[in-house]
Amino acid sequence: MFENITVPSDKIHQFIKDKYEEGFNYLLDITAIDYTEYVEAQEEEFAVVYVLRHENFKQHVVIKTYLSKLIIESVSYLFKGANWLEREVYDQYGIIFKNHPNLRRILNHKEFVGHPLRKAYPITKGQLLHEVDDLIDEMNNRLLSKEVVCKLDDGHFSECNKDIMFLNLGPSHPASHGTIRTYVALDGETIECAVSEIGYLHRGFEKSCENHSYNQIVPYTDRLNYCSAISNNIAFVKTVEDMLGITLSERAQALRVMLLELSRIEDHVVCLAAVLVDMGGLTNYWYMYNPREDIYDLLSKLTGARLTNSYMRVGGMTNDLYEGFEADLKEVIKKVQYGVEQTLSLIKHNRIFHDRTQNVGVISKEDALSYAMTGPNLRATGVPFDMRKDTPYYGYEKYEFDVVVGSVGDVYDRVMVRFGEIDESIKIIEQVMKNLPEGEVSVKDASVTLPTKEAVYTTIEGAMNQFKLTFEGVKVPVGEHYGSIEATNGELGFYIVSDGSGTPYKVKVKAPSFTAMSAYPEMIEGFQLADAILTLGSLNIIAGEMDR
Amino acid sequence: MELNNPALPLETAIATKLDEAIGWARESSLWPMIFGTACCAIEFMSVAASKYDISRFGAEVVRFSPRQADLLIVAGTVTYKQGPILKQIYDQMSEPKWVVSMGACACSGGFYDNYTTMQGIDTIIPVDLYVGGCPPRPEALLDALLSLQKDLRTNKYNSERHKDFKGALDNV
Repeated sequence: MFENITVPSDKIHQFIKDKYEEGFNYLLDITAIDYTEYVEAQEEEFAVVYVLRHENFKQHVVIKTYLSKLIIESVSYLFKGANWLEREVYDQYGIIFKNHPNLRRILNHKEFVGHPLRKAYPITKGQLLHEVDDLIDEMNNRLLSKEVVCKLDDGHFSECNKDIMFLNLGPSHPASHGTIRTYVALDGETIECAVSEIGYLHRGFEKSCENHSYNQIVPYTDRLNYCSAISNNIAFVKTVEDMLGITLSERAQALRVMLLELSRIEDHVVCLAAVLVDMGGLTNYWYMYNPREDIYDLLSKLTGARLTNSYMRVGGMTNDLYEGFEADLKEVIKKVQYGVEQTLSLIKHNRIFHDRTQNVGVISKEDALSYAMTGPNLRATGVPFDMRKDTPYYGYEKYEFDVVVGSVGDVYDRVMVRFGEIDESIKIIEQVMKNLPEGEVSVKDASVTLPTKEAVYTTIEGAMNQFKLTFEGVKVPVGEHYGSIEATNGELGFYIVSDGSGTPYKVKVKAPSFTAMSAYPEMIEGFQLADAILTLGSLNIIAGEMDR
Repeated sequence: MELNNPALPLETAIATKLDEAIGWARESSLWPMIFGTACCAIEFMSVAASKYDISRFGAEVVRFSPRQADLLIVAGTVTYKQGPILKQIYDQMSEPKWVVSMGACACSGGFYDNYTTMQGIDTIIPVDLYVGGCPPRPEALLDALLSLQKDLRTNKYNSERHKDFKGALDNV
């Protein structure tokens, strides 16, 4: 259930506050739209969009406001997660958020001139960065707010009660996944203050969408969360299908559920393998990574690619299962179960594992909701939000499975929730495969899916159909839509604006890793340096999805 | 050249050229520094895991320490924001050093032809081997490693080979 509301810009702030009081206190996303080249005349050139979810998790609301002047009141005091989201809108569109505590670029680098998601900015105009940001201003402000440093009369900063050492973690650091930088102020081994810098893998997904047709975007979505490509494919094409008003056949829906759960397993095993390596348990890596190789083999047999599958298309998928898939799948599941069993036998009663993970990197329920964390990271704090249960799609309500929740919100809970989810996903896969409906996997609609090869080669209608769809793309009706699914890291949403052509006018990704990362600096403060590494690993930050 | 050949008498001396002896020694003790940023880094994890097992070729000592490494594997998209960091890592590595560019993004920007992605890492640092693919299969990276080893074995190491290279971030 959702509604779209447009509010005048002078009332927007009060309106969001009222909605917050009503219970819409989970901020999914903030984005802006540049209407300068849009087909239909709009009130103003720029609009800001807020997507809020109700605390019952069943409803969401999309609030839009047109801006006559590119300035709007910040809501970062209401939602902690708004801090980074507003910075991103400022960075990409140049919209100023009044009273924002730290309004600076987030994805693009500090020498960047202009705002790339504005229509006037050329897609291919790159700008070199010569020197990395030292982050010292941000750090000083943070230290000042925590009273670790004092400001002297001459404007300089001085340590007032502690001996502070600064250290850069990343971006080229084995535990920072190569793309995340955290700048920490240490007192001994304890992190007093931390600031994170992201954007090192900002590769312009959203801008690239604006000159590709809908089906051409599918390969780009593979590379958002590259650990579970198919779930991104599904999140994107589902949003487009919702805009087109397409209902898939029962078989296609069941296959999507099965593949979503398989990618959840694929993603969780690599996250768990990595977090245990970060802890020094290298043996677990081999136990967890080998079943992933088996999943790769299965998927490459099915889709032709190991990692970046591009299996989904608007209106269905590229092909049906091959003969013997079910037997292969059963083998793979067995190997996954074996890997999980072996790993758990190594860590379940392992004192070092427990000491290193319990009560480490804790985030409370309230903070997690305020930062709009989602997925396993949110469930680890004890909030049972799972879109598969709260807003079911593709017939998830038919399958029997449990939502795995933690209680403390520490590294241990996040790791164990993922172990639990692997088991639940296996349960769902088994139920799907038991009653797999017969039928087509793609809708038969000449304006959406390609004709059969036979029709293309033997009839003029088929040839024309193929040509038009390939060159012009699927035409999506004019409008705006926010669609999301429970992907492996949580709610993965797409906000798509269509101008009626075969290319989206604007695409915005609501990325679960982005919100999780915005909570990270606060989560590691007060803990030791080595704990920061584990916390990052257990949050499963995938840079492709976070930076886009 | 075989050192532990049982057919040879125990007290023996092997005559070889110094270059060849050094090339032989380097060949199987390459220490990779993995500059992994994106999807290709996940495929590199496969290369290091037991199925493909890069240690069969003596290159399993993966350290994120540029000063101790001699083989830079750039795996993944490099953005303009990442540029100065990659350059710094490359500069910190001491000679002899080789650079493998893994995947379409590192080689040419791949299908990210836009405002933020560097159109190939050879904009800023010299590259010895390009591995195509998006991402390349683990076998492709192993093939690159083998061809580098072959080159070390058969050709003289030429430290002057990138003498004329000038990157976009050099001397600015």
